[in-house]
Amino acid sequence: MLKYVVRRLAWSIPTLCFVTFLVYVALRIGTNPVESYKRINPRASPEKIAQYIDVNGLDPNYVRGYFRWLVNFITLDWPRSIKGSREVAPALKDALANTLRLGTAASVVGITVGLLLGIFAALRPGGRRDVAVNTAAFVGISIPPYVSAILFQLFFAVYWSRWFGSTLFPTSGVYPPGQTGFNLGLMIRHMVLPTMVVAIQIIAVYARYMRSSLLDVLSSEYMRTARSKGISERRVLFKHGLRNALIPVVTIAALDVGSIVGGLIITENIFSYPGMGKYFLSAFGEGDFPLLMPWMVLIVFSVLLFNLLADVSYAWLDPRIRLE
Amino acid sequence: MPTPILEIRNLQVTFNTPVGPLVAVRGVDIDVHAGEMLAVVGESGSGKSVSFLAAMGLLPRSATVTGSALLDGQQLVGMTPKQMRSVRGRLMSMIFQDPLSALNPVHRVGAQITEMLRAHTKMSERAANARAVELLEIVGIPQPGDRAMQYPHEFSGGMRQRVVIAMAIANSPKVLIADEPTTALDVTVQAQILEVIQRVQVQFGTAVVLITHDLGVVARVCERVNVMYAGCFVERGNVHGIFEQPTHPYTRGLLASLPQTGVGRLVPIAGFPPNMLRPPSGCAFRARCDHAVEACGSAIPPLVPVGESESACIRASELMGRK
Repeated sequence: MLKYVVRRLAWSIPTLCFVTFLVYVALRIGTNPVESYKRINPRASPEKIAQYIDVNGLDPNYVRGYFRWLVNFITLDWPRSIKGSREVAPALKDALANTLRLGTAASVVGITVGLLLGIFAALRPGGRRDVAVNTAAFVGISIPPYVSAILFQLFFAVYWSRWFGSTLFPTSGVYPPGQTGFNLGLMIRHMVLPTMVVAIQIIAVYARYMRSSLLDVLSSEYMRTARSKGISERRVLFKHGLRNALIPVVTIAALDVGSIVGGLIITENIFSYPGMGKYFLSAFGEGDFPLLMPWMVLIVFSVLLFNLLADVSYAWLDPRIRLE
Repeated sequence: MPTPILEIRNLQVTFNTPVGPLVAVRGVDIDVHAGEMLAVVGESGSGKSVSFLAAMGLLPRSATVTGSALLDGQQLVGMTPKQMRSVRGRLMSMIFQDPLSALNPVHRVGAQITEMLRAHTKMSERAANARAVELLEIVGIPQPGDRAMQYPHEFSGGMRQRVVIAMAIANSPKVLIADEPTTALDVTVQAQILEVIQRVQVQFGTAVVLITHDLGVVARVCERVNVMYAGCFVERGNVHGIFEQPTHPYTRGLLASLPQTGVGRLVPIAGFPPNMLRPPSGCAFRARCDHAVEACGSAIPPLVPVGESESACIRASELMGRK
């Protein structure tokens, strides 16, 4: 197992290089980083422009340019952003921390509630609570985040303040304007609405996964064998049923959580939440090449990492799977 | 004759289906005596497995069970789930048809056996582990100590069925229901598994109910045979009596459809079993029977003694000589 993980990690390096090269080419064709620079800094001297081209690896030859960029990236000699000439690493770090906080909260709430609802529904297939969970999941999946987000903002902020004089939950940002320093209470209050929006989607999806996976397991013969042993129904369900039903769900969860690093683009923008999604949209809007490339590397890396995690968790849960 | 260890009387099983009630078992009586090997024969859907799953309380919620099933004096029909659990796996246990799907793929074989032991006895984990290895040895698994630590997918089909048997006999049950234990196995392995079942029957004094559609298997290992058709017993008696002189046309048809050396073509039974959503009146076999007369349709014929066996055919004695 360890050998497998090490080998997969080693393989991820060439993969990472190849994918980032594709991304590099795509960004150069799609955003034209040199033009972006000239547009934002219209009075830049030719020397300044030449220096910008050099540190970002924007050589007309893509391969030579890519390696120039790669060397700077690895040696942590990251160029400053075009707009505002900011340091990229701290901005990316803040965005990542905010997204991880939101994504983790939403995933934990969403997956836990979703799994419980799925189990609840599967125990009496076709029963009243099964129908209720299925309907709720269907509605949850059908409402896009830009609708639910706006409904929540209307209800908890606009109407709430009209009825009760003050808003229940703030609708944007991580802190109120002017707040400096760390404040857990304020941070949680700001996270409630975006977390709810994201969690609803996750709950709906996982309730369905869990329901179908558990139904599959409940009808299998080893469940009847377990019952024929005379052990308690609870033990039959937990030791024999859930253990098997969770195998596919855990694997999907690992992949899903990995994709959250890419940001919850729509939700973050509606709530002006300064995470990876908002970072990407504003950087992409400006064609800010120095901001975009490290973001891309991070996304590719996280996808690779969580894919590995999904494979490892699969092998760990199911003894029939052997990693070679 | 001593009192039977398992005495089933007028057992009826009805499934509630979306298209109406399906009567799977229509009032069967059966006696299983301590330590004997009894065969229940019939084609798929005849209700043979369902009868015993009903006795063990293993049917889905959609099933309604009425009648009586006395196991060692305890009434099983209508038992609370808790009482039923203390019977299952302790007094009565079951071997299933497909040993691959009958074992949980994510638990070690040894753990699946110790779970059975510890469900009914206050055994320490260590003692249970030691006993599990012993049981694996009894059913003929080589290197039982190492094998107990493996998972079901690391076993061959025959070995898996041995594991299922080891699990079923863990608490030395009084009655062992073997539901088509050899059907999913290679022919060469079938004989070995039957041998294992026979060995535990003798060694543990367990009564074995062998549910099968394979008359060859029956002839080899059983003393008494019950032939089931469309939820009723149609013939019952000593193996030799039934093989030499079947009294019910269905049994005769079953025997004629067996492959035999020296005889050219197999003779199938014409037609199909009845639709149990609309069970026929009278003898259920009469639509496929060459000897059916008007009187066959009037009532479900009871089992009556004919020669050495009992038969549910109203023309049994009349047809005996003719063959």
